[in-house]
Amino acid sequence: MQAHARLGFILLLTPLLLWLSLLIIIPHIDMALLSLRERVGVAQYETSPANYLTFFGEPLYLRTFMRTAVMSILATAITLLIAFPVSFYIAKIARGRVQSALFLLCLVPFWVSELVRTFGWMILLRETGVISSLLQYLGIASGPVEMLYNDAAMMVGLVYTSMLFMVVPLVTTLQSLDDAVIEAGYDLGGSGPSVLREIIIPHATPGIVAGSIVVFMLSLGNYLTPTMLGGKDSLWFTQLIYSQFIVRFNWELGAAFGFMLLILSSVIVWAMLRLTGQTLEKTMG
Amino acid sequence: MTPDLECDALTKRFGAALAVDDVSFSVPPGSFFSILGPSGCGKTTIMRMIAGFLAPSGGDIRIKGRSVLDVPPNKRPVNMVFQHLALFPMMNIADNIGYGLRRKGLPRAEITRKVGEVLERIGLPDIATRKVEELSGGQKQRVAIARCMVLEPDVLLLDEPLGALDLKLREHMKIELKALQAAFDTTFVYITHDQSEALVMSDQIAVMNAGRFEQVGTAQELYYRPETAFVAGFVGDSNRWSGRVETASGGTLGLRTEGGLLMQATAHGRPLATGDRAEIYVRPEAIRLARQDADLAQFDNRLSGRVTSLLFNGAASRILVQSDQGGPEIEVTLPQSGEFADLGRGDAVHIGWSGAQSNCFARTGAA
Repeated sequence: MQAHARLGFILLLTPLLLWLSLLIIIPHIDMALLSLRERVGVAQYETSPANYLTFFGEPLYLRTFMRTAVMSILATAITLLIAFPVSFYIAKIARGRVQSALFLLCLVPFWVSELVRTFGWMILLRETGVISSLLQYLGIASGPVEMLYNDAAMMVGLVYTSMLFMVVPLVTTLQSLDDAVIEAGYDLGGSGPSVLREIIIPHATPGIVAGSIVVFMLSLGNYLTPTMLGGKDSLWFTQLIYSQFIVRFNWELGAAFGFMLLILSSVIVWAMLRLTGQTLEKTMG
Repeated sequence: MTPDLECDALTKRFGAALAVDDVSFSVPPGSFFSILGPSGCGKTTIMRMIAGFLAPSGGDIRIKGRSVLDVPPNKRPVNMVFQHLALFPMMNIADNIGYGLRRKGLPRAEITRKVGEVLERIGLPDIATRKVEELSGGQKQRVAIARCMVLEPDVLLLDEPLGALDLKLREHMKIELKALQAAFDTTFVYITHDQSEALVMSDQIAVMNAGRFEQVGTAQELYYRPETAFVAGFVGDSNRWSGRVETASGGTLGLRTEGGLLMQATAHGRPLATGDRAEIYVRPEAIRLARQDADLAQFDNRLSGRVTSLLFNGAASRILVQSDQGGPEIEVTLPQSGEFADLGRGDAVHIGWSGAQSNCFARTGAA
């Protein structure tokens, strides 16, 4: 009996261990070794921090690095601001079939690939696109308007891509808030803003933090949206990694960049958790 | 004296359904008023209208003589203890109780003082910094009441707050709630489907059924002199017979049940005439049990029969008696004074009750 239980435990654990070791631990060890290697001659390598020094020595790399972080935080904040009322409506105001229908509507865009979705935005925003034509037709704009290839267009794309990942955890936590608790807040003299501040947001904090972490990670690691919707100045850090690996064939520097991105996201998530007084166990459990 | 709470022809429709149908009542200051009714009778709807979460379809609600219909819930001088208490889990006890005071914009020192006072009053002075989930059911209950009472409302609404407690604690909290009401000297409006809660605690009880008040009165009035068949059936237990009035003279009725039993009953001023179809209600505890018929000489209704079942439930034990004259089994309270301790199934017994103890109602419709 006991042997059976142990066998079952091992069988259940195996996929997780395989996944962790093959897809996460081994590649990262390899990347770490790769990033600490300097090419000194043809097929000659030495262990040195040269790649990291290159990163810190080049203003473009550092600026792109910081810009990516700030823009990702901004995208997360905007996504939260839009998703919160949407989630509140779905979780607390809509009832029955309307509720499930609205939830499904949030999911529908994810049935097509991210590439196609981004093209959708290009069709809307480009110079000869729907919005530009509409503005000209209405006489608001005299000539074609180009709305693509800037930070705003990129931000729209990032927020749109991340919306579902914010809505799902928020709806789940808000649904677990008893309506009577909100009513009690009003009954005891609370107004809309104070009930939101003192009751709804504290209750929803784990959902807000979980959603924000996911959206932030997705934005930080996004490659497609900044590439397609962003302009010449909207360089994203993932594009730097891509160009080092694929264009320049400098895997050592690419690996160092990858590690910097990992460190960056870990530090920001840790700081956010500290700032909101949350722990990862509380948020994910 | 102006009543603390007055409802005047209060009506609420949900689409075509009439949830509350033309209900009027007034609650004098400092009293404990209960609305007792089965689930779905509209009592929660009344409470939510008083609290301000629902707008009435018609009628008026006045608190201390002033109509509150256009006052939003956060400005009404009423507070509510919710069914599942709805304490704020994200705050500690002191913050829970201080929430309403903070909303009023009181200075911090005064909030601390008032919270301390009210905690003292509910007998839990040391729990200010505890978390909600660390409290027991009874403590949460008291905190929920304190959270409202600290705001000194004109009326405190309680929506079946004892429903979630276990039996022993519920019995204890009944007494405690009544004591708290006396201590705070505030008007309590309590809704429940549990008649024992209403009977034990209330000064006045309204029995509600299908959106209407069937009767408003003290516990004794409801129990001894129900005005309608619904009240007689809902408050306390009753043996019930259907029958027809055979004789009616000077307030005394002679009735024959469908099973053929002949019974005497007092009309208690109810309009019943010869030939009327009637419902007869007799409480199990109003029926005297005896071994000899001679012991029951003083009663105008006497039957002999056999015990078919013993329903032992401690002090509330009963027996079922099958009368020799036929008809349905009759529930009789089993006295616990010892003389019937050896009573067993199949034993012959005599039962009797006074006609004045029974309640008869004219039978309406098909019911």
